[in-house]
Amino acid sequence: MATSLTVNGKAVSVEAEPDTPLLWVVREDLGLTGTKFGCGIAACGACTVHVDGEPVRSCSLPLSEAAGKAVTTIEGLKDADGTLSAVQQAWIDAQVPQCGYCQSGQIMAAAALIKKTGRPSDAQIDEAMTNLCRCGTYPRIRDAIRRATGQAAASASAAKQETV
Amino acid sequence: MGVKRRAFLIGGAAVIGGGIFALQYGDYAARRDAAALTATDKGGTFGAWLRIADDDTVTLFTPHIDLGTGTSTALLQMAAEELDADWAKMAVESAPVDDAFANSWLGKGFLESMSGGKSGMLPDSAISLIARMAVNQVTGGSSAIRFTGQRGVRVLAAATRQALVEEAAERLGVPAGELSVAKGVVSHAKSNRTLRFGELAKAAAGRSLADEPKLKAAKDFAVIGTSPARIDIPGKVDGSAQYGIDFALPGMKVATVMAAPVRGGKLESVDPAPAMAVKGVEKVVKLDDAVAVVASGYWPALKGLRALSPKFSDGGHGGVSSAAIFAAHDKLLAENAPKPEVGGDKLVEATYRAPYLHHAMMEPFALTAQFKDGKLEMWGGLQDPLATKKAAAEAAGLSVEDVTFHPMLLGGGFGRKLPGQIEIIAQTVKLAKEAPGPVKVIWSREEEVAQGTYRPVSSTALKAVLGKDGKISAWHSAYAQPSGGESGGEFTYAIPSIERKHHEYNVNVISAAWRSVEASQHGFFNECFMDEVAGAAGVDPIEFRKRHFAPGSREAKVLDAVAKASGWGTPLPAGTGRGVALVESFGTVCAQVVQASLREDGYPKVEKVWAAVDCGMVVNPRNAEAQVMGGIVMGLSAAIHEEITIDKGAAVQTSFSDYPLLKLAETPEVMIEFLASDATTGGLGEPGLPPAAPALVNALFAVTGKRIRQLPIRNQAKA
Repeated sequence: MATSLTVNGKAVSVEAEPDTPLLWVVREDLGLTGTKFGCGIAACGACTVHVDGEPVRSCSLPLSEAAGKAVTTIEGLKDADGTLSAVQQAWIDAQVPQCGYCQSGQIMAAAALIKKTGRPSDAQIDEAMTNLCRCGTYPRIRDAIRRATGQAAASASAAKQETV
Repeated sequence: MGVKRRAFLIGGAAVIGGGIFALQYGDYAARRDAAALTATDKGGTFGAWLRIADDDTVTLFTPHIDLGTGTSTALLQMAAEELDADWAKMAVESAPVDDAFANSWLGKGFLESMSGGKSGMLPDSAISLIARMAVNQVTGGSSAIRFTGQRGVRVLAAATRQALVEEAAERLGVPAGELSVAKGVVSHAKSNRTLRFGELAKAAAGRSLADEPKLKAAKDFAVIGTSPARIDIPGKVDGSAQYGIDFALPGMKVATVMAAPVRGGKLESVDPAPAMAVKGVEKVVKLDDAVAVVASGYWPALKGLRALSPKFSDGGHGGVSSAAIFAAHDKLLAENAPKPEVGGDKLVEATYRAPYLHHAMMEPFALTAQFKDGKLEMWGGLQDPLATKKAAAEAAGLSVEDVTFHPMLLGGGFGRKLPGQIEIIAQTVKLAKEAPGPVKVIWSREEEVAQGTYRPVSSTALKAVLGKDGKISAWHSAYAQPSGGESGGEFTYAIPSIERKHHEYNVNVISAAWRSVEASQHGFFNECFMDEVAGAAGVDPIEFRKRHFAPGSREAKVLDAVAKASGWGTPLPAGTGRGVALVESFGTVCAQVVQASLREDGYPKVEKVWAAVDCGMVVNPRNAEAQVMGGIVMGLSAAIHEEITIDKGAAVQTSFSDYPLLKLAETPEVMIEFLASDATTGGLGEPGLPPAAPALVNALFAVTGKRIRQLPIRNQAKA
């Protein structure tokens, strides 16, 4: 059965069972592997995408519920001309990723938070950023969100960038 | 769809292809094989591990998988430093997965660290053999920088620079001493002539490399000690980085498995019909100890697997439980209790426990295999590509030459993806052998938790004799845990009599290395107990520790540094306390102070953490900080939340729902200081972790006056 939806601005039609989680449609049917599988029970957030602008854990959203909606994945977060979004650039500037596996989801969660709040407070960051990171990059995630929203880097570790 | 070998190039087009490995101090047969694997006609290769192309690109072939610790960038910095290369022209690529590229530098480093510094008696050929037999291409033990980088990459790069200079001297007809090198260009100032690395490489590669080239002194470093942006990060923010789980081939099937929940159990029976009724399922495969469902994608495979009702035996281990394990530990420790001579001194004693811990790397196991014309090709991200290839060959009944393994990025390792217990290799080989085309096997998170190789469960009886001089005269640690943990971690206090004994207790549950290995549980035991003894002596915990180290020692210095940074001894609001801990591991000394209070629910609120670190040379300070920060977060996560419990022989926990990890909201502000040090270079991937748990527990004692002696902490501190 075919399901129609919009992914990263393009209309797509997918032949998959309606109960297939959006995550696996995106990864296996559409080949967009930037969205990651972590747990399958919406506990870790590695699979976070935007559905009609809202952050959603795609491992637990059946394809049928995404029908007709606009989905944005990490691959669609760049600007139209291919430059990185402010959030992605902040992630580089703050040197956030380690293994990097959870970071697509972290970035998508952060982008949605910033879109909603403009300049999120620490409490808003705490509340919204519930994605898991085993490498322990949380202090730099907080730093990157502050950078992306023009707030001074607060941690002592923040601004030591040097070049060779 | 093909897959590129993992390649990064700073500032330009990627160069992918053959390179050369010549292990400078390895055996010569291996060197010849290696040279053939990385040879190029567009430039030259040096020691097989380093290639300089005509266009000036310098490619380092690394025997390490960058687990996220930034070693690709740091090793490249070490090469650029000794070469005086142009950073914008540096590239790194995975070394060929071949015996010729087994990591002898690591073999030598591990041997020397085990034998107290010197392994010089062994000939290079023996070390090369050890590398091929045991080391392969492992990434673990916080070893990439201190061993591969210090003993291999820097030495080879310095020898390469020397060969380039000699070639330039001959070509320009001037003494080598009149030449200088900067940014990949050799210059003769007097005659105002220059030659680029790319112009020299082909001929220079024909020169023999110096055995003991002069390495730069720290004062002359221009690249080491700076923090260029990590080269792997751009691909990790736009979704383009390819991990093992992301690999795909046309016509590929996806499988998922369920093994006997009780380790040692077997598959007794399974009716495949319910899975076969799921659309997309192609077959159900019975393995010795597991059942697998092969389908058109992961979702139908998982649905099929969940529809099954497999019957597994318990291998006779159905009576194993955490309670039974701890009871057995108690009995073992009671029978083997240390009996220190106390005389008129004070005896302090306590028993501590630490649970099994799960690695919980964010990427579950995934591996792809394809048989074609009697040969096997595999793709995935594991901690040792060469050992993986050998394990796959054994599982397939093929010679190693008929197996190709393509290393990919991995989403966290932490010890779980080390060779020895990676069941998915044999599973994938078996499923691919039966299938007509390629098969990718993905473990569910539930399978990954159930089939963990956990950090060892451990109980420790500690006794200390406190002399009238306010110092410890004897320290006894008797610990019960599974085999494999004989070292009990480093313990560097200067105490006249130290006795630490391992009493083995093994069950069916498998335990293995978990980030920081023995230092994680023994750091907790020793450093909490050290606080207890300090309390019995009525002495400040930092002052008490310093009594047992030489003045001016690395340990004394990190304690002073962390005391100063944290404002140790200054007043805090009521309900807030500080705790300290000091652990040496992997050649690095790390002290931490945790400032904490209690939440309303009785869980700790970790407010701030300060760390002082002596790891000798710091290659990339910004990334070094990230490693220690990550270690602290993972250490706090384990201390507060994590526990695998065993019941009826199997793990009780199933996923992140009942095995919670620390979240951002619970993460404190972290301040890290690296001490200027000329100590032998230590590791950094692990040493940040061990002090976090004991420093937190000691801080909670300062708040409540109540000693927590068993992890996880959860709400134990609640009044």
